[in-house]
Amino acid sequence: MHLWQHWSWQIDGWIIAAGVLCAVASSLLGNFLVLRRMSMLGDAITHAILPGLAVAFFISSSRSSVPMFLGAVIVGVLTALFTEWVRRFGHVDEGASMGVVFTSLFALGLVLIVQAADNVDLDAGCVLYGAIELTWLDTVSVAGAEIPRAVLVLGVVTVINALFVTLFFKELKLSSFDPSLATTTGFSAGLLHYLLMVLVAVTAVASFESVGSILVVAMFIVPPATAYMLADRLAPMIWISVFLATVAAVSGHVLAIEVPRWFGYRSTTTAGMMAVAAGALLALAILFSPRHGVLVKFLRRRRLAWKILADDTVALLYRLQERDPEAATDPNTLRGLLLADQFSFRLVLAWLRRRHYIQRHDGQLRLTRPGRHIARQLVRSHRLWEQYLTSFANIDAARVHDKAERLEHFTDRSLRDELDAATEGAEQDPHGSPIPVERSEPGNHSDS
Amino acid sequence: MSSDPAAATLPLSVHDLTVAYDRKPVLWDVGFDVPPGSLVGVVGPNGAGKSTLLQAVMDLLSPASGRIEVFGAPYRKMRHRVGYVPQRESVDWDFPVDALDVVTMGLYRRIGWCLPVRQKHRDLAIEALDRVGIADLARRQISQLSGGQQQRTFLARALVQDADLYLMDEPFAAVDAATERAIIDILREMKNRNKTSVVIHHDLQSVPEYFDYVVLLNMRIVAHGPVAETFTPENLQKTYGGRLTLLDEVAEAMRRRERSL
Amino acid sequence: MSGDDRTLRTQPRVQREPFSASRRLRGAALILVLCCNLSTSPCVFAHYSPSGRVGLSGPERVSWSARPIAALLSPALAGELLTVDTAGDPSRSDRSLAGRSLDWPTWRQLRRVLLLQDYNTRVVVLGTTLLGCAAAMVGSFTLLRKRALMGDALSHATLPGIALAFILATLYGGDGKALPVLLVGATISGLLGVATILVLRSLTRLKEDTAIGAVLSVYFGAGVALLSIVQQMREGNAAGLESFIYGKTASMGRADIRLIATAAAACIAGCVLLFKELKLLCFDDAFAGSRGFPVRRLDITLMALVVIVTIVGLQAVGLILMIALLIIPAAAARFWTERLGRMFLISGALGAASGWLGASVSAVFSKLPSGAMIVLVCTAMFAFSMAFGSARGVAVRAFKRRRLNRSIDRQHLLRGLYELLEESSTADDANAQRHEGVRLEALLRKRSWSRPRLLRQIRRCQDDLLVQARGNRVRLTRRGVIEARRLTRQHRLWELFLIHYADVAPSHVDRDADAIEHVLEPEIIEELEAILSRSGPALPASPHRLDQPDPVPPAEGS
Repeated sequence: MHLWQHWSWQIDGWIIAAGVLCAVASSLLGNFLVLRRMSMLGDAITHAILPGLAVAFFISSSRSSVPMFLGAVIVGVLTALFTEWVRRFGHVDEGASMGVVFTSLFALGLVLIVQAADNVDLDAGCVLYGAIELTWLDTVSVAGAEIPRAVLVLGVVTVINALFVTLFFKELKLSSFDPSLATTTGFSAGLLHYLLMVLVAVTAVASFESVGSILVVAMFIVPPATAYMLADRLAPMIWISVFLATVAAVSGHVLAIEVPRWFGYRSTTTAGMMAVAAGALLALAILFSPRHGVLVKFLRRRRLAWKILADDTVALLYRLQERDPEAATDPNTLRGLLLADQFSFRLVLAWLRRRHYIQRHDGQLRLTRPGRHIARQLVRSHRLWEQYLTSFANIDAARVHDKAERLEHFTDRSLRDELDAATEGAEQDPHGSPIPVERSEPGNHSDS
Repeated sequence: MSSDPAAATLPLSVHDLTVAYDRKPVLWDVGFDVPPGSLVGVVGPNGAGKSTLLQAVMDLLSPASGRIEVFGAPYRKMRHRVGYVPQRESVDWDFPVDALDVVTMGLYRRIGWCLPVRQKHRDLAIEALDRVGIADLARRQISQLSGGQQQRTFLARALVQDADLYLMDEPFAAVDAATERAIIDILREMKNRNKTSVVIHHDLQSVPEYFDYVVLLNMRIVAHGPVAETFTPENLQKTYGGRLTLLDEVAEAMRRRERSL
Repeated sequence: MSGDDRTLRTQPRVQREPFSASRRLRGAALILVLCCNLSTSPCVFAHYSPSGRVGLSGPERVSWSARPIAALLSPALAGELLTVDTAGDPSRSDRSLAGRSLDWPTWRQLRRVLLLQDYNTRVVVLGTTLLGCAAAMVGSFTLLRKRALMGDALSHATLPGIALAFILATLYGGDGKALPVLLVGATISGLLGVATILVLRSLTRLKEDTAIGAVLSVYFGAGVALLSIVQQMREGNAAGLESFIYGKTASMGRADIRLIATAAAACIAGCVLLFKELKLLCFDDAFAGSRGFPVRRLDITLMALVVIVTIVGLQAVGLILMIALLIIPAAAARFWTERLGRMFLISGALGAASGWLGASVSAVFSKLPSGAMIVLVCTAMFAFSMAFGSARGVAVRAFKRRRLNRSIDRQHLLRGLYELLEESSTADDANAQRHEGVRLEALLRKRSWSRPRLLRQIRRCQDDLLVQARGNRVRLTRRGVIEARRLTRQHRLWELFLIHYADVAPSHVDRDADAIEHVLEPEIIEELEAILSRSGPALPASPHRLDQPDPVPPAEGS
């Protein structure tokens, strides 16, 4: 395989290390951004730090990164502060106030940078600094080992973020869930908010310097969102998001090398592909999450609808035969009566026949013995409910059918017995149809 | 009304409170005292300013004039003695926490900054959940609880907070009969431990049964005092206007209660 | 494969060995990376063109190659960075990025710009004005629909569409740079992005902000990855590909203007024609649905308007500016009015004004980039509106609040004095009080007000000649007595109204109204007065002061 022939730990290893660290550092904080409905703040901060860099550059007249870093972080926090002000004092909604603040700061930064432009001469290559692919070129030596600067910086930030989330885990949880309770119990929600904002700004600037902004914004939001689809408790959600961020970073780099080759091109941007990989994971989680997945929920609903259709089919057959043993019960008539679509109806019929609840005879459908039993139970539930609802809930007999129709599918033996007791063993429903008696069938079916 | 010398200071005392939004007065010279160890119902029609009153008590909005004292001091200094049970709608129920987590939150102040939740805290929380009757649901994510169970979770959280004054915003709204029963039992028990609860309530019929002290509010205090003296048809008519059917129902409820005594 | 291939793969963009000198340049480079990455125009473009020269198609009036920083900033930003080139005068445009300080314009230049005398300025200013107006109008609906950041997501989501359109068009032998092709690509992927957001929001438990953020970053990441492929296409020569779509304010031509004008007119017309429906949609979509309005279709229409204006705007002025134009004027207009119709107009006017002003300022001062200036003008307007807006401005609200509090305090003081007069048991007592005034301590006991606050209020009332304070005593003046009587009567009537009309009272009570007569019908007042004289005030006094019987204060003038 092409990938492994040209894999070099010296290069790819460091790229992946930087990507993973950036992803983990961002997604640790991202969980709380997502839960506090402030996801876009990461995006806003990465846009808005521009004037901080420019001002730092003007003030220090140097290009060293410490003042720049500080300037960016300060403006990042200011972004959060201004957004909050505009929201609170101007009664502007959160998204809009964020939009106002970050576009304004960005524009300000642009104007400042144009003023600075004359002092900076650079050549094109320097811009590459932001590309994750070149992480390995710029190293510092730590304890004798050459480590890429980006990896070092991101490593420190990751450790800080991990410490923050661990130490303040319960405070963050409380203030995200119920800020007013947090403040009442002495954990100032405001303080935690701004601590979080400082770290978001630090993470954004640090990652940004080495791996680019797309990756930061994507990693702030996408892995936590994916974890949110999968987890129902906070601690697992954080672990899952960290794991997914790692997976997205590694697979992003591999994809960046591999995918373009399929079409005959060289590798593409790793940062972009990492975002895409994270997005793909999110898409998978949205579709297949065991509890909240869209597809899973859809199938679950479908299955319930089919089960109800199956119930309705046997109950209808029972009623038709009760009224007239010779009634026409060809599938098309039934389908018309049940208002079912072709596909569902066929599926349900096939299932019923496989369970031997109905059989087909000269194009007519008949209930088998177990089928009759099931149907009798259903009809009994239905009519018991009708009787119960008319006599106890004062529901008009003409309107009671629909309610009973819904309830009958969720009524088991014990509930039927209760209803029976409550209606004092009524033998007829309000419409005058007989309520079938409970009979225990020796058949080998299970009432699912 | 002061009974117990240890709790001689009033849990809640509101003086001449006036709150206005723009030009609209919402509360108007409201003043009342809440005796310690009582179960207080705050009752009034829609728009009477009941929630505003609680918000003002908790310092969440600034009044135009007036003063509120909680245990003889401003709320800010006493907030550790106050437990608040919010309206159910005010919380994001999709939040990834389970019932146990929510209840444990009531203990965070006792645990302190940065220290983790330990087993003994969880045991306390489970105990509280048990008292409200849903210990078996402790590990359920909160959106999977029914409305009544969610309300019980909140109540359990208030219980572990171990406050002296509880403020509850419509805890009985849209809960099932069993939950209502459970909540009122807990409230009575807290009363027996000399805790005070101020409860916003909307169902007039149950007032005489549930509360022993009532504040009738319609932008200003119409009446306040022990239920037996205050919760009279005349006062109710003053609070609610001439909705006679309602008053009849209440009169009926009063009679029922008298019979039961 | 060989080591050469290795270098190509991991180091595809290094044309020189920059890192020996790079350390000290890190800071400045950081700025540039920022610009490039953030402004949606990945740096790759800049250094893919062999000379470091970024292509702007058409007649370029700005010399690029001489300005390293401009060359480094990819076209998207460049569009925002370049100043409006005033007269097509080469010497001047050459100065535009080089001058060290702001050049004050000569009167002649100023006049040329303000009167739109010269062609280039006219085109640019007209374009940004129209665009500002259309974007602000559409923006006022998205703002009220709480979708302000949708434009952000939308414009980021166009990137993969542009790249893909280019790749496909080139592969099938077409001209990848043809504007229609790119616009179609951008529109499709932008719409797809918005659709994804709406689907995520309605079908999953993800909240709206998360959906927007996820879509924004993932689409954008995909776009960047695709653009990197574009760079490798032999036919590519894609340098400056984005300048078609991302911003070229300075070099707008007649064709661009025509496009902007058409799109802006279409958007404005759409907003005006569908005004009623969109209003309902923003106000209460559930209600709109129940009244048989096709909510979904309206929503899509609104989004389509956003797409049109965004994509045209991106093409003309750049990404950040577009987001700003969609959000800021609408948010600013909100401070001036509570009515959607007016907000819509004000927003349009503000948008147009900032487009015009920003572009003009940039044309006059050669060192200020037009895109950024338009945003900053918007921001200034927003700040002014937020502070002084007549409907919801911070200052106005603070002022109203203060006035309300003072009037409440005044009522309390006057009523307190009046009630003390009433309470005095004997005639002598009353006389003494009337002449010498009420003791401050008695007033302080009357209600729970702090001493400083009471003293402040007494001073204010003294200025209004309502009371006289002498030493420790406060006395009502003649005017004060009349006013206090009126206030007390009104207060008691309101109280009675609350009780006797309890079911409707909360929506009627308007205490600050000058007189109860303005709010309630005369018959009701008569009835209340009758009750008042019969039974006295019906409400219990506060438990914190002595209960006193309150007789009816005589009506005014008696």
